[in-house]
Amino acid sequence: MLRHLKLTAFADINESLRARWFLIYSLVFGGIVVALFVTGLTESRVMGFTGLSRLLVTYLQITMAILPVFVLLTTVRSVAGDREAGVFEYMLSLPVSLSAWYWGKFFGRLFVVFIPVLGAMILAMAWAALKGSEIPWHSVLFYTGLLLSLAWCFLGIGMLISSFARSSDVAQGVAFIAWLVLLLFLDLILLGLMVQGGMQAESAVVLALANPLQVFRTASMMLFDPQLVLLGPSAYVILDHFSELAYLSYALLYPVFLGSVSALLGFLYFRKSDLP
Amino acid sequence: MDMLVNTKTATATHQELKTSSTGPLLKINQVSKSFGRSTVLQDITLDIHSQDRIALVGSNGAGKTTLFRCLLGEYKHKGEIILNGLHPRQNRQAVLSKIGFVPQLPPPLKMPVAQLIKFAADVCESDPKEMLAVVDLLGLDYDKISRQPFNKLSGGQKQKILISIALGRPTELLVMDEPAANLDPDARHVLFSELGKRVDNVAMIISSHRLDEVATLVNRVIEMDQGKIVLDDVVADSLSMNAMLDCSVELTREEPSFNKVMDEWGFVAETNNTTWRGQVASPDRLRFLGVLSRYSGILAGINMEQSQ
Repeated sequence: MLRHLKLTAFADINESLRARWFLIYSLVFGGIVVALFVTGLTESRVMGFTGLSRLLVTYLQITMAILPVFVLLTTVRSVAGDREAGVFEYMLSLPVSLSAWYWGKFFGRLFVVFIPVLGAMILAMAWAALKGSEIPWHSVLFYTGLLLSLAWCFLGIGMLISSFARSSDVAQGVAFIAWLVLLLFLDLILLGLMVQGGMQAESAVVLALANPLQVFRTASMMLFDPQLVLLGPSAYVILDHFSELAYLSYALLYPVFLGSVSALLGFLYFRKSDLP
Repeated sequence: MDMLVNTKTATATHQELKTSSTGPLLKINQVSKSFGRSTVLQDITLDIHSQDRIALVGSNGAGKTTLFRCLLGEYKHKGEIILNGLHPRQNRQAVLSKIGFVPQLPPPLKMPVAQLIKFAADVCESDPKEMLAVVDLLGLDYDKISRQPFNKLSGGQKQKILISIALGRPTELLVMDEPAANLDPDARHVLFSELGKRVDNVAMIISSHRLDEVATLVNRVIEMDQGKIVLDDVVADSLSMNAMLDCSVELTREEPSFNKVMDEWGFVAETNNTTWRGQVASPDRLRFLGVLSRYSGILAGINMEQSQ
């Protein structure tokens, strides 16, 4: 099983590295970091953040907007697209177990979607080192973990959608709606609903904690702004209920849990349904 | 040219086949498959023995590909399919390690040819050299194409690679969906010869829209129509699958388009391009006659004899 899983993961990585989406995806993340350098962001001071810290905060906020939709759309497009194009028909006629095939694809894709994001982080580190800036290693490692956690989460959701949708068109539509729904439940909209009196504060907090995008957003702010001044009064809810360490741990583990449960549900359905 | 399809003879021969083995290799029992309200397979029941070389024929939408996917454990279905006592869905790896499959449409894989062969050999626990030997026999320059993405190959090259993977590993059943559709005459001859070498050990199910494409390759014909089996018969043929026929064709006048066709079959012209001589592989003879039928208005004579 483990050998077949490795073979499938390696085959999926090879397939993805040759796909056009991967090239665009890599260019986007590399391009963001380069653009941040070119625009002189590292030289500016905004709300106390300077240099590499400022760059990382901005990079993560942009990544939060782009990474989920990229991971969702490329996953459902290639997995559901492979099924439509007859790749599943042939590859699953070979004696590879379904669990090795499914999880091999999952881990292969996780590697592929995370490498450009990680590459951009490394590029930022290299730039900072060249400029002689101090590198906040603790934050860099935590941010890398957060990005991995976010990629894992949306990859799992993408695999779930791919298992259920019978065509790549439907899969892409559902993936896009899922991303829009999560965007809708970000803090500003939740606050807006509370102000209008349409939502209890407790409900808004629960929704914010359930939304992996919001969890990522808050945690990424918390690392450079432990008092969550940027977040305003709603920070008190988080800081009253969690310690900083507890919230950061939650922000790392919850998206991984959500992605794993989604991928597992996708696998259980995939195993029982028509494969091609 | 002693080929006939005869129900009476067929039944006897089929019976002989059945009694010559201990039991069916593959048992398909009341298999039905529906997609929504559309029923694609209806109560299919078949016993397939290890000596069977079956032509599965039928028009588009007859249910051939769906039946293949059920055999490969890819579709859930009503009824039961058992290969050597094992269910394809519940014992995927054990069953699929005994089945070599060639799909009708090659998958658009981007991985290089070498990696596809390595992947297939690894998961099938077989020696990639055996696959490469078939690649060589089919006339592919492996060194030239090994690093090319599979989806960038021509249709014929893709088909040859998939055939090489299926024939280059130990199997008990070959399931082939239009395997010769994109092959040139030489490659078809190699394919038929390679299949001929396996007739004693490997059962075959070969799908085709047309019986004449595969008639000389098989000893049993199953025709499907609208998800049902409408004919289950036997083909008797005195020529072996790897026999060659010496052929000569005479025309009443020269015809440029005929010259081109004969060149493709490797024939050589004599006397002002009105007499052509060459060899045709035994399993290809019906297809060859089919080509000649397009020129029946200018044909003066045809002679086909088994090559010594």
